[in-house]
Amino acid sequence: MAYAGDDELLEHVTGKEYEFGFTTNIESDKAPPGLNEGTIRLISQKKNEPEWLLEWRLEAFRIWSEMVEPEWAHVQYEKPDFQAISYYSAPKKKAQLNSLDEVDPELRRTMEKLGISMEEQKRLSGVAVDFVLDSVSVATSFKEKLGELGIIFCSMSDAVQEHPELVKKYLGSVVPKTDNFYAALNSAVFTDGSFCYIPKGVRCPMELSTYFRINEAGTGQFERTLVIADESSYVSYLEGCTAPSRDENQLHAAVVELIALDHAEIKYSTVQNWYPGDENGKGGVFNFVTKRGICHLRSKISWTQVETGSAITWKYPSCILKGDHSVGEFYSVAVTNKRQQADTGTKMIHIGKNTNSTIISKGISSGYSQNSYRGLVQINKSAKNARNFSQCDSLLMTDHCGAHTFPYIEVKNSSAKVEHEATTSKIGEDQIFYCLQRGISEEKAISLIVNGYAKDVLNKLPMEFAVEAQKLLAISLEGSVG
Amino acid sequence: MLHIKDLHANIDGTEILKGLSLDIKPGEIHAIMGPNGSGKSTLASVLAGNEDYEITGGSVTFGDKDLLDLSTEDRAREGLFLAFQYPVEIPGVSNINFLRTAVNEIRQYKGEEPMSAGDFLKLVKERSALVELDGKLANRSVNEGFSGGEKKRNEVFQMAMLEPKLAILDETDSGLDIDALKIVAQGVNAMRSPERSFVVITHYQRLLDYIVPDFVHVLYKGKIVKSGSKELALELEARGYDWIKEEVSA
Repeated sequence: MAYAGDDELLEHVTGKEYEFGFTTNIESDKAPPGLNEGTIRLISQKKNEPEWLLEWRLEAFRIWSEMVEPEWAHVQYEKPDFQAISYYSAPKKKAQLNSLDEVDPELRRTMEKLGISMEEQKRLSGVAVDFVLDSVSVATSFKEKLGELGIIFCSMSDAVQEHPELVKKYLGSVVPKTDNFYAALNSAVFTDGSFCYIPKGVRCPMELSTYFRINEAGTGQFERTLVIADESSYVSYLEGCTAPSRDENQLHAAVVELIALDHAEIKYSTVQNWYPGDENGKGGVFNFVTKRGICHLRSKISWTQVETGSAITWKYPSCILKGDHSVGEFYSVAVTNKRQQADTGTKMIHIGKNTNSTIISKGISSGYSQNSYRGLVQINKSAKNARNFSQCDSLLMTDHCGAHTFPYIEVKNSSAKVEHEATTSKIGEDQIFYCLQRGISEEKAISLIVNGYAKDVLNKLPMEFAVEAQKLLAISLEGSVG
Repeated sequence: MLHIKDLHANIDGTEILKGLSLDIKPGEIHAIMGPNGSGKSTLASVLAGNEDYEITGGSVTFGDKDLLDLSTEDRAREGLFLAFQYPVEIPGVSNINFLRTAVNEIRQYKGEEPMSAGDFLKLVKERSALVELDGKLANRSVNEGFSGGEKKRNEVFQMAMLEPKLAILDETDSGLDIDALKIVAQGVNAMRSPERSFVVITHYQRLLDYIVPDFVHVLYKGKIVKSGSKELALELEARGYDWIKEEVSA
């Protein structure tokens, strides 16, 4: 399997971090474990934040303290000890390796299968090369081009310093501090993330990707992303990476907020490949994410996600269709293998007239995993002539895995049209035999069949992402038919 | 090219093939007929490598290889092709993508470079014409939404693309009207060559009017009980199988 030997690699990489920079003055570089008002003041002070943001964080903390960790999701795990986590550490240097030979061969094999170039492999695995300089220059020229158009694309920390008026106006406007346990926690302690603003009438000429953000210092445990598309603008935003991502932080609780103002369009694509844990599900990342967008008049938000990693995925990218004639879309492929558990889906909240939403969810379960779709389609009284189409398909690869569908539909306006289709199927041995008989290997056969099944979603990804995502699906399911 | 000697095979503990022997030389067409349940489709499945069947005795050599030692995909790569009686549907996978994967996997096995997109498309155009397959079908998902006749024509089209040494047609005529039958036969005949052999499994002599066999065998109770020339098929058509059964039990 692709992930054998990860523990060792994790050990290797994370163990090494501490050789650099953390031997002195630990007090100021890393907060002691635990969460209280003092911790939050420390984070805010370290980041040189304005007073209003500190107050905002403290209020979130007070709200969170009153909340109970939710248990309604169809997942089982040992709850994290929130007092054992350290909530602030200075940006770390990546462990520097001298050549690719020092990289775990298993990780390299996976990267090669994904078709990631030599240079890219080096960058991703932290090998010191001149290429790093190239990537900085590429990113710089990107920034210049974006700057000419008035597009702001920077870290959340920079945005707080340089564009406080925008941050203040929109932060928490779609996902309020009170929204849920993890969102409240994130609001109190988020340390960084991405910020993006597209000015009126501007069509962002390139896919914006966290990948090219030069100031990125490894993905944080509590990321905060804010994307604002001003009137009549367009942006396509890519998050994540198909290469296996490992992190010493077990708990991830990110918040993503999208704001599509009148006539704007945001396309948000995610490929998530966090460490899923070993055969027994040990050591994998818990991914509790709140993602939501708001659509104003005649605007559109489209979420596309390919989820293959994490031990636990708890994630419902949603759209609030506030403006008349606004459109929300959710396209998802969620793969679970081994002992992974995913509870994912979407919420489409129809408020405006003639609002339209589409949900296409494709679950693929293998090994002993559990894969749930959970979705809400809510048509409010005001949402005259609202329309929704949902399709939730599940594909089972083994006899031990589970697929579950929890669709909720609430309709309060009789002019609404809501359609829901669902199927569950098992990958056919006859399909695989048919491929084998044509000379196609079992591995390629599974890849063909699974990618065929997920095609409607993969087609929604930007080109460069789609190709990698196809390979990723195949790798995630290697040797998994039984 | 193919030597089957005293082949025995079970499914779920029931013996279906009970000592079947057959010799096929390059360029020959062998028709296999026989009453329902005699083991015709089992023979096709066993040769292709379907793991539902257990081989309990006998040997099969294909070229210079021990066929039973090869995996399903390697049998295909060595040049064994099965036209399925019930071709499966693979949603979301285009016929073209499927075939290109197959063609290139076989080429890779032989140590050849992948076929260029241009050459491949040229070949598709040429070979799909053999079975009068609409060009649009090539871009549709494998067998999805195809009519019965289209599925069978698609099987023959795939055979023409993969250029096997031995093609087994498992009741390719079942469910075809006379026009579709002629098209399928025309495709098969176009692919005849001194190096390529065919095993044609059928219930009806009608197909053999269009694909003229060198030999006709009658399979009954898991064995070949009678072999002859194409006239044997006509005799079976006229007299049925009862006289053969009587001969066997006599």
